[in-house]
Amino acid sequence: MRKIAVLTVVAFCTAMLFSSLALAARKTIIKIGINAPLTGDIPKVGEGTKYAAQMWLEDIEKAGGLEVGGKKYEVELVIEDNESKAESAVKANTKMITQDDVLAIVGPQSSKQAVPAGEVANKYKTVMISPWSTNPSTTLDRPYVFRGCFLDPFQGPVVANFITEEFGFTKAAVLYDVASDYPKGLAEVFKQAWEEKHGPGSVVAYESFTTKDTDFSSQLTKIVKSGAQVLFTPQYYNEVPLIVSQAKDLGWTGPIVGSDSWGSAETIELCGEDCYGLFFSSHYAAAGAKGATKAFIDRYEKTYGYIPDDVAALTWDALRLAQQAIQDTGKLTGKIEKDREAVRDALARIKDFDGITGKMTFTEEGDPIKCAVIVKINNQGEYEFYGSSCP
Amino acid sequence: MEPLIESVNYILQNIINALQRGSFYAVISIGYSMVYGVLMLFNFAHGDIFMVGTYIGFGIATVLLATFTGLIPPPVIFLATVVITMFLASWIGVFVEVAGYRPLRQAPRASAAITGLMIGIIFETGILIMLGAKRLSFPPLMETVNYHIGGIYITNVKAMIIIISLLLMLALHAFIQKTKWGMAMRAMSYDFLAVPLMGVSINIIAPLTFAVGAGLASVAGILYGQAYPILDPYMGVLLGWKAFVAAILGGRGSIKGAAMAGYLLGFIEIFVATIFPSTLRDLIAYSIILIILTFRPRGFFGMEHSTKLRL
Repeated sequence: MRKIAVLTVVAFCTAMLFSSLALAARKTIIKIGINAPLTGDIPKVGEGTKYAAQMWLEDIEKAGGLEVGGKKYEVELVIEDNESKAESAVKANTKMITQDDVLAIVGPQSSKQAVPAGEVANKYKTVMISPWSTNPSTTLDRPYVFRGCFLDPFQGPVVANFITEEFGFTKAAVLYDVASDYPKGLAEVFKQAWEEKHGPGSVVAYESFTTKDTDFSSQLTKIVKSGAQVLFTPQYYNEVPLIVSQAKDLGWTGPIVGSDSWGSAETIELCGEDCYGLFFSSHYAAAGAKGATKAFIDRYEKTYGYIPDDVAALTWDALRLAQQAIQDTGKLTGKIEKDREAVRDALARIKDFDGITGKMTFTEEGDPIKCAVIVKINNQGEYEFYGSSCP
Repeated sequence: MEPLIESVNYILQNIINALQRGSFYAVISIGYSMVYGVLMLFNFAHGDIFMVGTYIGFGIATVLLATFTGLIPPPVIFLATVVITMFLASWIGVFVEVAGYRPLRQAPRASAAITGLMIGIIFETGILIMLGAKRLSFPPLMETVNYHIGGIYITNVKAMIIIISLLLMLALHAFIQKTKWGMAMRAMSYDFLAVPLMGVSINIIAPLTFAVGAGLASVAGILYGQAYPILDPYMGVLLGWKAFVAAILGGRGSIKGAAMAGYLLGFIEIFVATIFPSTLRDLIAYSIILIILTFRPRGFFGMEHSTKLRL
């Protein structure tokens, strides 16, 4: 009698176990975390991230889910606001990884948040793709961290090359925010590249300010006096208009060149005619786009009413990279740690991924090899493709 | 001769830069000093009152420009923007006093000081919720004309900022020295216990002080919008703190001191960045101020009795 009872219990438990496993397997939802600056210093960047992610999810839902190894999975986005702060980005990543069980994370965008947040993702062995962070530290020695764009060290020489070839200048000035990782890193690399080309001391003014400063008059007065022919300022859209208009007020007449941080749609909205005719290096240019890039731009503009900036395009590519990697795993086990590892391995193997911002192949560091675009702000205030520079 | 002229021009250019920067510090720091004079506490919401004033100015300027451009000359639109904004922003000052400080007048000083910080946060997040986190661009109220005088560049906007700030401070000086209301404010700052017994109510003088301070800050906001035309809800924080430093440096409660220290702060910031690498600007600038305060702990014109009475 006792034996039968024990057997029944064992059988019952086994059945329960299997059914619950089956239930769990059936209900596996693929969760993708989005770590974006929805509020704070650069909310427009957060908005572009969110919109691109929503468009991607729409596509997945239209297809009835994400197909992995012949099985369709439901996909859910976990969107967390990092307030454009490093601490909040770390918190958001920790929460998404440990509480929400996301399979992969896309974001944060700025290096300021992506560098510390990448540490967390790598520690918990979860794939993180930062679409927009160009600082080398983001992916350095972090097998689980990838990016969707080229690096600062790449943009520096590209801009230096471009200025030299386009204008034939030999004296440059730099104005950057010393308290922010991205401009500081880019300013240093540019200076190095420029001085390698034109000799030591050819960066005749190397001036800085700190985040939230609005008055650059003393720095710009110095720059004007230094006899520089071109001003390089790798700043964000909230500072570029102030720098450009104050430089003009102080008698600056040369070209002002920037980097991909200028690429937000708001730069021109806030800067207006002052910025017409200026150049910056970027990941993509909306005007003059073709093929899949144009399809993306048209769809985004139709849905949200404005032309997407590079953040949106790179986020789109990052999500599609994540999608490709998940599909390449061939099978999801339902065990989150194991699946995360499989996704990482698949992502590292991707070759010649055809993104809307260019073809990408990852290096061992998790950085893609791709081309940079030189954009000119034309007289209609559009970002126009001017030239391209490949490594 | 050439290099000499060049360096003289260089210094003159930076003096103009410093005058513009200092004008903002001066006009805003006066708001701190006035409130301190009457209530013996620093209104830490002042930087955010400045921010709200700028947003009000932005709204009024946008509406007026959209309605009257071409109908009335730009200087009139500018003047109307200033007057209407000043009027509306004064009520923000009154609101802060009545809702924030009055209920806590008998409370410990620390509570009252913290009130300001909280009101500041409420304003910041309030604007954030109402208008979103998007940056706004302050519309230019006049066309910028750049004058090039012997190697120095000065725009009409810069000149206007410096002149209007000086006029505002002169007007305030006249108000405080020549009117009955001003006399009441001076009396209150001299002895806040005896004056109410003479029939001058603190419940009128305190909101009046806040209103004048907020009105001044809002004009500073409009001028700020012309010089640095990008608005965000946190723009008042750093500027507010620096103006507060100026208010302390000038001597608590001293309006003249606050104005002078505001300009001094502008000069120190600009010239430190001129002489030293700009990376070290704030480090050196604020070390200089620390040294000044070490030798003059009450600032330039600090009243002796104020430290004994409270705080």
